[in-house]
Amino acid sequence: MTALQLENIKCTYGSQTVLKDISFSVSKGRMFIIIGPNGSGKTTLLRIISTFIKPKTGRIEICGRPCQTYTRKSLAKVLAFVPQEVPPDFPFTVEEVVMMGRAPHIGLLGLESQKDKNIAAQAMKFTQTDHLARRKLAYLSSGERQRVFISRAVCQEPEIMLLDEPTAALDLGHQVHIMDMMEKLKQEKNITIIMVSHDVNLACMYADSLLLLKKGRMISMGSPQEVVNFKTLEQVYECVLMVDQSPLGKFPRVTLTPQKFLKR
Amino acid sequence: MKRIIITTLLLLVILGIIIFLGIAIGSSGSNLNELWQAFTGTMAMDPILATIIQKIRLPRVLLAAEVGAALSLGGLVFQALLRNPLAEPYILGISGGAALGAILGILLGFSRFIGVSITAFSGSMLTLFLILVLSAGKSIMQKDALLLSGVMVNAFCSSVIMFAISMTHDSRLHNILFWIMGDFSLAGNEQVLILFLLLLPCFILILGLTHKMNLLLMGQEMAMSMGVNVKTITLTLLVVTTFMVSATVCHSGLLGFVGLVMPHLLRLILGPDHRILAPACILAGSAYMVACDLLARWLPFLVSVQGEIPAGVITAMIGAPLFIFLLKKTSL
Repeated sequence: MTALQLENIKCTYGSQTVLKDISFSVSKGRMFIIIGPNGSGKTTLLRIISTFIKPKTGRIEICGRPCQTYTRKSLAKVLAFVPQEVPPDFPFTVEEVVMMGRAPHIGLLGLESQKDKNIAAQAMKFTQTDHLARRKLAYLSSGERQRVFISRAVCQEPEIMLLDEPTAALDLGHQVHIMDMMEKLKQEKNITIIMVSHDVNLACMYADSLLLLKKGRMISMGSPQEVVNFKTLEQVYECVLMVDQSPLGKFPRVTLTPQKFLKR
Repeated sequence: MKRIIITTLLLLVILGIIIFLGIAIGSSGSNLNELWQAFTGTMAMDPILATIIQKIRLPRVLLAAEVGAALSLGGLVFQALLRNPLAEPYILGISGGAALGAILGILLGFSRFIGVSITAFSGSMLTLFLILVLSAGKSIMQKDALLLSGVMVNAFCSSVIMFAISMTHDSRLHNILFWIMGDFSLAGNEQVLILFLLLLPCFILILGLTHKMNLLLMGQEMAMSMGVNVKTITLTLLVVTTFMVSATVCHSGLLGFVGLVMPHLLRLILGPDHRILAPACILAGSAYMVACDLLARWLPFLVSVQGEIPAGVITAMIGAPLFIFLLKKTSL
Protein backbone atom coordinates (compact mmCIF):
# COMPACT_ATOMS: atom_id res chain seq x y z
CA MET A 1 0.00 0.00 0.00
CA THR A 2 1.19 3.51 -0.79
CA ALA A 3 1.41 5.95 2.09
CA LEU A 4 2.57 8.94 0.08
CA GLN A 5 2.71 9.76 -3.58
CA LEU A 6 4.08 12.91 -5.20
CA GLU A 7 3.73 13.71 -8.89
CA ASN A 8 5.60 16.45 -10.73
CA ILE A 9 5.93 18.77 -7.77
CA LYS A 10 7.26 22.20 -8.59
CA CYS A 11 7.73 24.92 -6.03
CA THR A 12 8.87 28.52 -6.39
CA TYR A 13 9.66 31.35 -3.98
CA GLY A 14 9.11 34.49 -6.03
CA SER A 15 11.02 34.00 -9.27
CA GLN A 16 13.32 31.36 -7.80
CA THR A 17 12.52 27.72 -8.48
CA VAL A 18 13.18 25.74 -5.29
CA LEU A 19 11.90 22.32 -6.36
CA LYS A 20 11.28 20.89 -9.81
CA ASP A 21 10.08 17.57 -11.27
CA ILE A 22 9.76 15.83 -7.94
CA SER A 23 7.90 12.52 -8.28
CA PHE A 24 8.15 9.56 -5.97
CA SER A 25 6.09 7.31 -3.78
CA VAL A 26 6.65 5.77 -0.38
CA SER A 27 4.98 2.53 0.64
CA LYS A 28 3.45 2.04 4.03
CA GLY A 29 5.63 1.09 6.95
CA ARG A 30 8.93 2.18 5.40
CA MET A 31 11.62 4.58 6.54
CA PHE A 32 12.24 7.14 3.81
CA ILE A 33 15.07 9.63 4.30
CA ILE A 34 15.67 12.74 2.22
CA ILE A 35 19.32 13.83 2.03
CA GLY A 36 21.18 16.55 0.16
CA PRO A 37 23.37 19.61 0.68
CA ASN A 38 22.22 22.85 2.32
CA GLY A 39 19.75 24.72 0.16
CA SER A 40 18.88 21.66 -1.90
CA GLY A 41 15.19 21.97 -1.03
CA LYS A 42 14.95 19.14 1.53
CA THR A 43 13.10 21.14 4.12
CA THR A 44 10.87 22.80 1.52
CA LEU A 45 9.93 19.34 0.27
CA LEU A 46 9.07 18.24 3.80
CA ARG A 47 6.95 21.35 4.31
CA ILE A 48 5.11 20.62 1.06
CA ILE A 49 4.39 17.06 2.21
CA SER A 50 3.17 18.49 5.55
CA THR A 51 0.92 20.82 3.48
CA PHE A 52 2.31 23.88 5.27
CA ILE A 53 3.01 25.36 1.85
CA LYS A 54 1.31 24.66 -1.47
CA PRO A 55 3.43 23.62 -4.43
CA LYS A 56 3.09 25.67 -7.61
CA THR A 57 2.09 22.61 -9.60
CA GLY A 58 1.83 18.89 -8.96
CA ARG A 59 -0.23 16.32 -7.11
CA ILE A 60 0.12 14.93 -3.61
CA GLU A 61 -1.70 11.83 -2.41
CA ILE A 62 -1.66 10.90 1.24
CA CYS A 63 -2.84 7.40 2.14
CA GLY A 64 -4.45 7.08 -1.27
CA ARG A 65 -6.38 10.35 -1.15
CA PRO A 66 -5.47 13.66 -2.81
CA CYS A 67 -4.28 16.00 -0.06
CA GLN A 68 -6.82 18.73 -0.87
CA THR A 69 -9.68 16.37 0.04
CA TYR A 70 -8.53 16.43 3.67
CA THR A 71 -9.55 19.02 6.23
CA ARG A 72 -6.79 20.21 8.57
CA LYS A 73 -8.23 18.03 11.29
CA SER A 74 -8.64 14.86 9.25
CA LEU A 75 -5.13 15.31 7.86
CA ALA A 76 -3.74 15.65 11.37
CA LYS A 77 -5.15 12.22 12.15
CA VAL A 78 -2.93 10.56 9.52
CA LEU A 79 0.05 12.91 9.39
CA ALA A 80 2.18 14.07 12.33
CA PHE A 81 5.06 16.49 12.16
CA VAL A 82 8.11 16.73 14.41
CA PRO A 83 9.84 20.10 14.14
CA GLN A 84 13.53 20.76 14.55
CA GLU A 85 12.93 23.31 17.30
CA VAL A 86 10.03 24.93 19.14
CA PRO A 87 9.80 28.44 20.61
CA PRO A 88 12.31 28.35 23.50
CA ASP A 89 9.89 30.03 25.91
CA PHE A 90 7.17 27.43 25.32
CA PRO A 91 5.66 27.32 28.80
CA PHE A 92 3.98 23.91 29.06
CA THR A 93 5.05 20.75 30.86
CA VAL A 94 6.06 17.54 29.08
CA GLU A 95 2.76 15.90 29.94
CA GLU A 96 0.78 18.83 28.54
CA VAL A 97 2.83 18.93 25.35
CA VAL A 98 2.36 15.21 24.71
CA MET A 99 -1.36 15.54 25.40
CA MET A 100 -1.58 18.24 22.73
CA GLY A 101 -1.02 15.44 20.24
CA ARG A 102 -4.60 14.38 20.94
CA ALA A 103 -5.87 17.68 19.49
CA PRO A 104 -7.22 16.27 16.21
CA HIS A 105 -9.04 13.50 18.07
CA ILE A 106 -10.82 15.42 20.81
CA GLY A 107 -14.16 17.21 20.62
CA LEU A 108 -15.24 20.81 20.29
CA LEU A 109 -14.62 21.73 23.91
CA GLY A 110 -10.98 20.71 23.77
CA LEU A 111 -11.12 18.53 26.87
CA GLU A 112 -9.34 15.18 27.02
CA SER A 113 -11.02 11.94 28.11
CA GLN A 114 -9.51 9.12 30.14
CA LYS A 115 -8.80 7.31 26.87
CA ASP A 116 -6.73 10.26 25.65
CA LYS A 117 -4.83 10.25 28.92
CA ASN A 118 -4.03 6.56 28.54
CA ILE A 119 -2.79 7.06 24.99
CA ALA A 120 -0.57 9.92 26.13
CA ALA A 121 0.82 7.79 28.96
CA GLN A 122 1.61 4.98 26.53
CA ALA A 123 3.28 7.42 24.14
CA MET A 124 5.47 8.74 26.95
CA LYS A 125 6.39 5.22 27.97
CA PHE A 126 7.28 4.32 24.40
CA THR A 127 9.66 7.26 24.09
CA GLN A 128 10.94 6.87 27.68
CA THR A 129 9.84 10.34 28.67
CA ASP A 130 7.39 9.26 31.39
CA HIS A 131 9.83 10.20 34.16
CA LEU A 132 9.89 13.78 32.77
CA ALA A 133 6.10 14.16 32.74
CA ARG A 134 5.84 17.03 35.23
CA ARG A 135 8.95 18.90 34.08
CA LYS A 136 8.70 22.06 32.03
CA LEU A 137 9.76 21.69 28.44
CA ALA A 138 12.00 24.75 28.65
CA TYR A 139 14.20 23.10 31.30
CA LEU A 140 15.00 19.93 29.31
CA SER A 141 18.11 19.17 27.26
CA SER A 142 17.71 19.19 23.49
CA GLY A 143 17.83 15.40 23.39
CA GLU A 144 15.04 15.11 25.94
CA ARG A 145 13.05 17.80 24.16
CA GLN A 146 13.30 15.93 20.87
CA ARG A 147 12.03 12.76 22.54
CA VAL A 148 9.10 14.69 23.97
CA PHE A 149 8.20 15.99 20.53
CA ILE A 150 8.35 12.52 19.06
CA SER A 151 6.18 11.40 21.95
CA ARG A 152 3.64 14.09 21.06
CA ALA A 153 3.63 12.88 17.46
CA VAL A 154 3.14 9.25 18.60
CA CYS A 155 0.23 10.45 20.74
CA GLN A 156 -1.37 11.82 17.57
CA GLU A 157 -1.61 8.18 16.34
CA PRO A 158 -0.69 8.99 12.74
CA GLU A 159 -0.10 6.71 9.75
CA ILE A 160 2.82 8.84 8.62
CA MET A 161 5.36 10.72 10.71
CA LEU A 162 7.41 13.57 9.23
CA LEU A 163 10.61 14.70 10.91
CA ASP A 164 12.80 17.68 10.13
CA GLU A 165 16.40 16.74 10.96
CA PRO A 166 15.54 15.10 14.28
CA THR A 167 19.19 14.38 15.15
CA ALA A 168 20.75 17.65 13.98
CA ALA A 169 21.57 19.13 17.38
CA LEU A 170 22.15 15.91 19.30
CA ASP A 171 25.19 14.08 20.67
CA LEU A 172 26.14 10.59 19.46
CA GLY A 173 24.16 8.71 22.10
CA HIS A 174 20.99 10.68 21.55
CA GLN A 175 21.35 10.37 17.79
CA VAL A 176 21.35 6.60 17.89
CA HIS A 177 18.58 6.45 20.51
CA ILE A 178 16.29 8.66 18.46
CA MET A 179 16.93 6.67 15.30
CA ASP A 180 16.41 3.35 17.11
CA MET A 181 13.16 4.72 18.42
CA MET A 182 12.05 5.61 14.90
CA GLU A 183 12.87 2.10 13.74
CA LYS A 184 10.85 0.65 16.60
CA LEU A 185 7.91 2.88 15.65
CA LYS A 186 8.12 1.62 12.11
CA GLN A 187 8.29 -2.03 13.12
CA GLU A 188 5.87 -2.12 16.03
CA LYS A 189 3.26 0.40 14.93
CA ASN A 190 3.77 0.14 11.17
CA ILE A 191 4.13 3.92 10.92
CA THR A 192 5.66 5.31 7.75
CA ILE A 193 8.63 7.51 8.62
CA ILE A 194 9.68 10.31 6.32
CA MET A 195 12.58 12.45 7.48
CA VAL A 196 15.08 15.00 6.32
CA SER A 197 18.65 14.38 7.43
CA HIS A 198 22.04 15.99 7.19
CA ASP A 199 23.80 12.90 8.35
CA VAL A 200 24.40 10.57 5.41
CA ASN A 201 25.97 7.84 7.54
CA LEU A 202 23.09 7.73 9.96
CA ALA A 203 20.64 7.77 7.05
CA CYS A 204 22.41 4.79 5.44
CA MET A 205 22.11 2.76 8.65
CA TYR A 206 18.35 3.12 9.01
CA ALA A 207 16.72 4.05 5.68
CA ASP A 208 14.77 1.61 3.57
CA SER A 209 15.16 4.11 0.78
CA LEU A 210 17.01 7.36 0.29
CA LEU A 211 16.22 10.36 -1.86
CA LEU A 212 19.16 12.54 -2.82
CA LEU A 213 18.37 16.13 -3.78
CA LYS A 214 20.52 18.85 -5.26
CA LYS A 215 19.36 22.35 -6.19
CA GLY A 216 15.73 21.28 -6.07
CA ARG A 217 16.12 18.26 -8.37
CA MET A 218 16.08 14.56 -7.66
CA ILE A 219 19.58 13.18 -8.26
CA SER A 220 18.86 9.60 -7.33
CA MET A 221 16.54 7.44 -5.27
CA GLY A 222 16.72 3.88 -4.00
CA SER A 223 18.29 1.77 -1.27
CA PRO A 224 21.35 3.24 0.47
CA GLN A 225 23.50 0.81 -1.53
CA GLU A 226 22.14 2.20 -4.79
CA VAL A 227 22.24 5.88 -3.90
CA VAL A 228 25.40 6.31 -1.89
CA ASN A 229 28.58 5.93 -3.93
CA PHE A 230 31.55 8.24 -3.94
CA LYS A 231 31.03 9.47 -7.49
CA THR A 232 27.51 10.78 -6.91
CA LEU A 233 28.25 12.13 -3.46
CA GLU A 234 31.39 13.97 -4.51
CA GLN A 235 29.44 15.56 -7.31
CA VAL A 236 26.49 16.51 -5.14
CA TYR A 237 28.34 17.72 -2.04
CA GLU A 238 31.33 19.15 -3.96
CA CYS A 239 33.99 17.71 -1.68
CA VAL A 240 36.35 14.77 -1.59
CA LEU A 241 35.21 11.71 0.31
CA MET A 242 35.52 7.95 0.51
CA VAL A 243 32.72 5.40 0.52
CA ASP A 244 33.25 1.86 1.73
CA GLN A 245 31.20 -0.91 3.31
CA SER A 246 30.25 -0.53 6.96
CA PRO A 247 31.73 -3.22 9.21
CA LEU A 248 28.22 -3.67 10.61
CA GLY A 249 26.55 -4.95 7.48
CA LYS A 250 25.55 -4.34 3.93
CA PHE A 251 25.32 -0.60 3.84
CA PRO A 252 27.74 2.10 2.76
CA ARG A 253 29.87 4.24 5.06
CA VAL A 254 31.07 7.69 4.16
CA THR A 255 34.39 9.11 5.36
CA LEU A 256 35.23 12.75 4.76
CA THR A 257 38.70 13.56 3.50
CA PRO A 258 40.24 16.76 4.86
CA GLN A 259 42.50 18.85 2.65
CA LYS A 260 45.73 17.81 4.43
CA PHE A 261 45.23 14.16 3.45
CA LEU A 262 44.91 14.95 -0.24
CA LYS A 263 48.24 14.16 -1.94
CA ARG A 264 48.64 16.34 -4.95
CA MET B 1 -10.78 19.29 33.94
CA LYS B 2 -10.91 19.18 37.72
CA ARG B 3 -8.61 22.19 37.92
CA ILE B 4 -10.86 24.21 35.62
CA ILE B 5 -13.88 23.57 37.83
CA ILE B 6 -12.07 24.28 41.09
CA THR B 7 -10.50 27.56 39.93
CA THR B 8 -13.73 28.69 38.34
CA LEU B 9 -15.76 28.01 41.48
CA LEU B 10 -13.21 29.67 43.72
CA LEU B 11 -13.08 32.80 41.59
CA LEU B 12 -16.86 32.83 41.37
CA VAL B 13 -17.07 33.00 45.17
CA ILE B 14 -14.52 35.82 45.29
CA LEU B 15 -16.41 37.71 42.60
CA GLY B 16 -19.65 37.26 44.53
CA ILE B 17 -18.15 38.69 47.71
CA ILE B 18 -16.64 41.67 45.92
CA ILE B 19 -19.87 42.43 44.07
CA PHE B 20 -21.73 42.31 47.38
CA LEU B 21 -19.24 44.77 48.89
CA GLY B 22 -19.46 46.94 45.79
CA ILE B 23 -23.21 47.21 46.17
CA ALA B 24 -23.06 47.74 49.93
CA ILE B 25 -20.48 50.51 49.98
CA GLY B 26 -20.94 53.84 48.29
CA SER B 27 -20.25 57.56 48.46
CA SER B 28 -22.96 57.86 51.11
CA GLY B 29 -21.19 55.39 53.39
CA SER B 30 -21.40 51.67 53.90
CA ASN B 31 -24.66 49.79 54.34
CA LEU B 32 -23.23 46.32 54.88
CA ASN B 33 -25.58 45.41 57.72
CA GLU B 34 -28.78 46.60 56.08
CA LEU B 35 -27.94 44.88 52.82
CA TRP B 36 -27.04 41.61 54.54
CA GLN B 37 -30.27 41.66 56.52
CA ALA B 38 -32.29 42.36 53.39
CA PHE B 39 -30.35 39.66 51.59
CA THR B 40 -31.08 37.04 54.22
CA GLY B 41 -34.66 38.25 54.52
CA THR B 42 -34.57 39.21 58.21
CA MET B 43 -35.46 42.85 57.66
CA ALA B 44 -36.94 44.86 54.79
CA MET B 45 -34.76 47.50 53.21
CA ASP B 46 -35.20 51.22 53.52
CA PRO B 47 -36.89 52.33 50.24
CA ILE B 48 -34.42 55.18 49.66
CA LEU B 49 -31.48 52.85 50.03
CA ALA B 50 -33.21 50.33 47.78
CA THR B 51 -33.54 52.97 45.08
CA ILE B 52 -29.92 54.02 45.41
CA ILE B 53 -28.78 50.47 45.09
CA GLN B 54 -31.07 49.61 42.20
CA LYS B 55 -30.57 52.75 40.15
CA ILE B 56 -27.01 53.76 40.96
CA ARG B 57 -24.80 51.18 42.63
CA LEU B 58 -26.01 47.96 40.98
CA PRO B 59 -25.65 49.10 37.35
CA ARG B 60 -22.31 50.65 38.17
CA VAL B 61 -20.96 47.51 39.79
CA LEU B 62 -22.28 45.29 37.03
CA LEU B 63 -20.85 47.51 34.31
CA ALA B 64 -17.46 47.46 36.02
CA ALA B 65 -17.66 43.66 36.18
CA GLU B 66 -18.48 43.35 32.49
CA VAL B 67 -15.73 45.75 31.50
CA GLY B 68 -13.11 44.03 33.63
CA ALA B 69 -14.06 40.65 32.22
CA ALA B 70 -14.00 41.73 28.60
CA LEU B 71 -10.73 43.65 28.85
CA SER B 72 -8.91 40.84 30.67
CA LEU B 73 -10.10 38.22 28.23
CA GLY B 74 -9.23 40.52 25.34
CA GLY B 75 -5.70 40.93 26.68
CA LEU B 76 -5.32 37.17 27.04
CA VAL B 77 -6.40 36.54 23.46
CA PHE B 78 -4.10 39.19 22.00
CA GLN B 79 -1.12 37.99 24.03
CA ALA B 80 -1.63 34.46 22.70
CA LEU B 81 -2.40 35.53 19.16
CA LEU B 82 0.48 37.95 18.74
CA ARG B 83 2.74 35.88 21.01
CA ASN B 84 3.86 39.11 22.60
CA PRO B 85 3.81 39.63 26.37
CA LEU B 86 3.23 43.36 25.94
CA ALA B 87 0.06 42.85 23.93
CA GLU B 88 -3.10 44.29 25.47
CA PRO B 89 -6.65 44.71 24.22
CA TYR B 90 -5.95 48.14 22.79
CA ILE B 91 -2.86 47.14 20.86
CA LEU B 92 -4.48 47.10 17.43
CA GLY B 93 -5.51 50.73 17.67
CA ILE B 94 -8.92 50.13 19.22
CA SER B 95 -8.31 52.65 21.99
CA GLY B 96 -7.23 55.39 19.63
CA GLY B 97 -10.20 54.93 17.35
CA ALA B 98 -12.67 54.69 20.22
CA ALA B 99 -11.28 57.78 21.97
CA LEU B 100 -11.39 59.79 18.77
CA GLY B 101 -15.00 58.79 18.25
CA ALA B 102 -15.90 59.54 21.85
CA ILE B 103 -14.27 62.97 21.82
CA LEU B 104 -16.06 63.82 18.62
CA GLY B 105 -19.32 62.82 20.30
CA ILE B 106 -18.55 64.87 23.42
CA LEU B 107 -17.55 67.94 21.42
CA LEU B 108 -20.74 67.65 19.37
CA GLY B 109 -22.62 67.73 22.67
CA PHE B 110 -24.09 64.22 22.53
CA SER B 111 -25.25 62.61 25.75
CA ARG B 112 -22.90 60.08 27.33
CA PHE B 113 -25.31 57.26 26.70
CA ILE B 114 -26.18 56.42 23.99
CA GLY B 115 -24.68 59.13 21.79
CA VAL B 116 -21.04 59.05 22.84
CA SER B 117 -21.13 55.26 23.10
CA ILE B 118 -22.17 55.02 19.48
CA THR B 119 -19.53 57.44 18.18
CA ALA B 120 -16.84 55.66 20.22
CA PHE B 121 -17.94 52.27 18.96
CA SER B 122 -17.95 53.49 15.36
CA GLY B 123 -14.48 54.90 15.86
CA SER B 124 -13.01 51.62 17.04
CA MET B 125 -14.78 49.56 14.41
CA LEU B 126 -13.38 51.91 11.81
CA THR B 127 -9.86 51.26 13.07
CA LEU B 128 -10.42 47.49 12.96
CA PHE B 129 -11.58 47.84 9.38
CA LEU B 130 -8.57 50.03 8.58
CA ILE B 131 -6.15 47.54 10.12
CA LEU B 132 -7.70 44.60 8.30
CA VAL B 133 -7.47 46.48 5.01
CA LEU B 134 -3.88 47.53 5.72
CA SER B 135 -2.74 44.00 6.45
CA ALA B 136 -5.02 42.32 3.88
CA GLY B 137 -2.42 42.32 1.13
CA LYS B 138 0.01 40.53 3.36
CA SER B 139 -0.72 37.38 5.25
CA ILE B 140 -2.86 37.99 8.32
CA MET B 141 -0.43 35.73 10.12
CA GLN B 142 2.45 38.17 9.89
CA LYS B 143 1.88 39.30 13.41
CA ASP B 144 4.58 41.97 13.46
CA ALA B 145 2.99 43.89 10.60
CA LEU B 146 -0.34 43.71 12.39
CA LEU B 147 1.17 44.91 15.65
CA LEU B 148 3.07 47.78 14.09
CA SER B 149 0.09 49.07 12.14
CA GLY B 150 -1.89 49.01 15.39
CA VAL B 151 0.76 51.02 17.20
CA MET B 152 0.87 53.53 14.36
CA VAL B 153 -2.90 53.97 14.27
CA ASN B 154 -2.85 54.55 18.03
CA ALA B 155 -0.05 57.08 17.77
CA PHE B 156 -1.85 58.99 15.06
CA CYS B 157 -5.12 59.00 16.99
CA SER B 158 -3.51 60.20 20.19
CA SER B 159 -1.97 63.19 18.48
CA VAL B 160 -5.38 64.13 17.09
CA ILE B 161 -6.79 63.68 20.61
CA MET B 162 -4.11 65.97 22.08
CA PHE B 163 -5.04 68.51 19.45
CA ALA B 164 -8.72 68.29 20.36
CA ILE B 165 -7.93 68.64 24.07
CA SER B 166 -5.70 71.64 23.55
CA MET B 167 -8.47 73.36 21.60
CA THR B 168 -11.20 72.69 24.20
CA HIS B 169 -11.59 75.08 27.11
CA ASP B 170 -15.08 74.63 28.52
CA SER B 171 -16.68 71.99 30.75
CA ARG B 172 -16.47 69.45 27.96
CA LEU B 173 -12.76 69.15 28.72
CA HIS B 174 -13.61 67.51 32.03
CA ASN B 175 -15.86 65.04 30.22
CA ILE B 176 -13.14 64.22 27.72
CA LEU B 177 -10.51 63.66 30.41
CA PHE B 178 -12.81 61.43 32.45
CA TRP B 179 -13.67 59.42 29.38
CA ILE B 180 -10.00 58.89 28.53
CA MET B 181 -9.18 57.84 32.09
CA GLY B 182 -12.17 55.52 32.15
CA ASP B 183 -15.03 55.75 34.58
CA PHE B 184 -18.33 54.14 35.49
CA SER B 185 -20.10 56.95 37.26
CA LEU B 186 -22.80 57.36 34.63
CA ALA B 187 -23.74 53.69 34.27
CA GLY B 188 -27.38 52.82 33.74
CA ASN B 189 -29.31 49.59 33.78
CA GLU B 190 -30.05 49.51 30.04
CA GLN B 191 -26.35 49.99 29.31
CA VAL B 192 -25.51 46.98 31.46
CA LEU B 193 -28.07 44.82 29.71
CA ILE B 194 -27.03 45.82 26.18
CA LEU B 195 -23.38 45.21 26.93
CA PHE B 196 -24.18 41.85 28.50
CA LEU B 197 -26.04 40.74 25.39
CA LEU B 198 -23.13 41.80 23.20
CA LEU B 199 -20.45 40.20 25.35
CA LEU B 200 -22.08 36.85 26.03
CA PRO B 201 -21.68 35.37 22.52
CA CYS B 202 -18.10 36.68 22.33
CA PHE B 203 -17.22 35.00 25.63
CA ILE B 204 -18.74 31.69 24.55
CA LEU B 205 -16.93 31.73 21.22
CA ILE B 206 -13.56 32.54 22.77
CA LEU B 207 -13.98 29.93 25.52
CA GLY B 208 -14.61 27.40 22.76
CA LEU B 209 -11.31 28.25 21.08
CA THR B 210 -9.08 28.10 24.16
CA HIS B 211 -7.53 24.73 23.34
CA LYS B 212 -6.60 26.01 19.89
CA MET B 213 -4.95 29.02 21.52
CA ASN B 214 -2.71 26.60 23.44
CA LEU B 215 -1.71 24.92 20.20
CA LEU B 216 -1.05 28.26 18.50
CA LEU B 217 1.63 28.99 21.11
CA MET B 218 3.66 26.17 19.59
CA GLY B 219 3.90 28.10 16.33
CA GLN B 220 1.65 28.29 13.32
CA GLU B 221 3.05 25.33 11.42
CA MET B 222 2.92 23.09 14.49
CA ALA B 223 -0.65 24.17 15.16
CA MET B 224 -1.54 23.33 11.57
CA SER B 225 0.04 19.91 11.88
CA MET B 226 -2.23 19.23 14.86
CA GLY B 227 -5.35 20.06 12.90
CA VAL B 228 -5.82 23.77 13.63
CA ASN B 229 -7.07 25.88 10.76
CA VAL B 230 -4.70 28.68 11.67
CA LYS B 231 -5.96 31.33 9.27
CA THR B 232 -9.62 30.96 10.16
CA ILE B 233 -8.99 30.74 13.89
CA THR B 234 -6.67 33.76 13.92
CA LEU B 235 -9.08 35.91 11.97
CA THR B 236 -12.06 34.82 14.06
CA LEU B 237 -10.29 35.56 17.33
CA LEU B 238 -9.04 38.88 16.03
CA VAL B 239 -12.43 40.13 14.90
CA VAL B 240 -14.43 38.78 17.83
CA THR B 241 -12.00 40.15 20.40
CA THR B 242 -11.82 43.56 18.77
CA PHE B 243 -15.61 43.70 18.65
CA MET B 244 -15.82 42.69 22.31
CA VAL B 245 -13.29 45.28 23.43
CA SER B 246 -14.89 48.02 21.30
CA ALA B 247 -18.33 47.30 22.71
CA THR B 248 -16.77 47.59 26.16
CA VAL B 249 -14.67 50.73 25.91
CA CYS B 250 -17.46 52.69 24.30
CA HIS B 251 -19.32 52.36 27.64
CA SER B 252 -16.49 52.79 30.07
CA GLY B 253 -13.79 54.85 28.42
CA LEU B 254 -10.18 53.83 28.15
CA LEU B 255 -9.57 51.77 31.24
CA GLY B 256 -6.01 50.68 30.87
CA PHE B 257 -3.82 48.13 32.52
CA VAL B 258 -6.40 45.45 33.49
CA GLY B 259 -6.15 43.95 30.02
CA LEU B 260 -2.38 43.88 30.18
CA VAL B 261 -1.81 42.71 33.70
CA MET B 262 -4.67 40.36 34.52
CA PRO B 263 -3.65 37.64 32.02
CA HIS B 264 -0.04 37.82 33.25
CA LEU B 265 -1.08 37.76 36.87
CA LEU B 266 -3.26 34.70 36.37
CA ARG B 267 -0.61 33.00 34.25
CA LEU B 268 1.83 33.37 37.14
CA ILE B 269 -0.62 31.68 39.48
CA LEU B 270 -2.44 29.20 37.25
CA GLY B 271 0.06 28.27 34.53
CA PRO B 272 -0.14 28.61 30.75
CA ASP B 273 -3.26 26.56 29.89
CA HIS B 274 -5.82 28.83 28.20
CA ARG B 275 -8.65 26.45 29.04
CA ILE B 276 -8.16 27.50 32.67
CA LEU B 277 -6.94 31.03 31.99
CA ALA B 278 -9.88 32.20 29.89
CA PRO B 279 -12.65 31.58 32.43
CA ALA B 280 -10.28 32.80 35.17
CA CYS B 281 -9.66 36.03 33.24
CA ILE B 282 -13.38 36.65 32.93
CA LEU B 283 -14.03 36.14 36.65
CA ALA B 284 -10.88 37.63 38.15
CA GLY B 285 -10.95 40.52 35.68
CA SER B 286 -14.44 41.50 36.71
CA ALA B 287 -13.67 41.07 40.42
CA TYR B 288 -10.60 43.27 40.07
CA MET B 289 -12.49 45.96 38.21
CA VAL B 290 -15.35 46.03 40.71
CA ALA B 291 -12.82 46.30 43.52
CA CYS B 292 -10.99 49.17 41.79
CA ASP B 293 -14.23 51.02 41.19
CA LEU B 294 -15.21 50.43 44.80
CA LEU B 295 -11.97 52.04 45.93
CA ALA B 296 -12.48 54.89 43.48
CA ARG B 297 -15.77 55.69 45.20
CA TRP B 298 -14.75 54.88 48.73
CA LEU B 299 -11.34 56.57 49.06
CA PRO B 300 -12.63 60.14 48.66
CA PHE B 301 -15.35 59.32 51.21
CA LEU B 302 -12.79 57.99 53.70
CA VAL B 303 -10.69 61.15 53.58
CA SER B 304 -13.89 63.27 53.39
CA VAL B 305 -13.22 64.87 50.05
CA GLN B 306 -15.98 65.71 47.61
CA GLY B 307 -16.19 63.89 44.29
CA GLU B 308 -14.53 60.70 43.19
CA ILE B 309 -11.50 59.31 41.41
CA PRO B 310 -11.92 57.76 37.97
CA ALA B 311 -11.60 53.97 38.29
CA GLY B 312 -8.94 53.97 35.59
CA VAL B 313 -6.59 55.77 37.94
CA ILE B 314 -6.85 53.02 40.54
CA THR B 315 -6.29 50.02 38.24
CA ALA B 316 -2.58 50.60 37.67
CA MET B 317 -1.91 52.26 41.01
CA ILE B 318 -2.74 49.00 42.77
CA GLY B 319 -2.17 46.51 39.96
CA ALA B 320 1.42 47.42 39.10
CA PRO B 321 2.92 46.95 42.58
CA LEU B 322 0.84 43.80 43.07
CA PHE B 323 2.13 42.36 39.83
CA ILE B 324 5.76 43.14 40.60
CA PHE B 325 5.36 41.52 44.00
CA LEU B 326 3.97 38.33 42.45
CA LEU B 327 6.62 38.28 39.74
CA LYS B 328 9.39 38.50 42.32
CA LYS B 329 7.81 35.79 44.41
CA THR B 330 7.24 33.22 41.67
CA SER B 331 10.51 33.68 39.81
CA LEU B 332 12.52 32.85 42.90
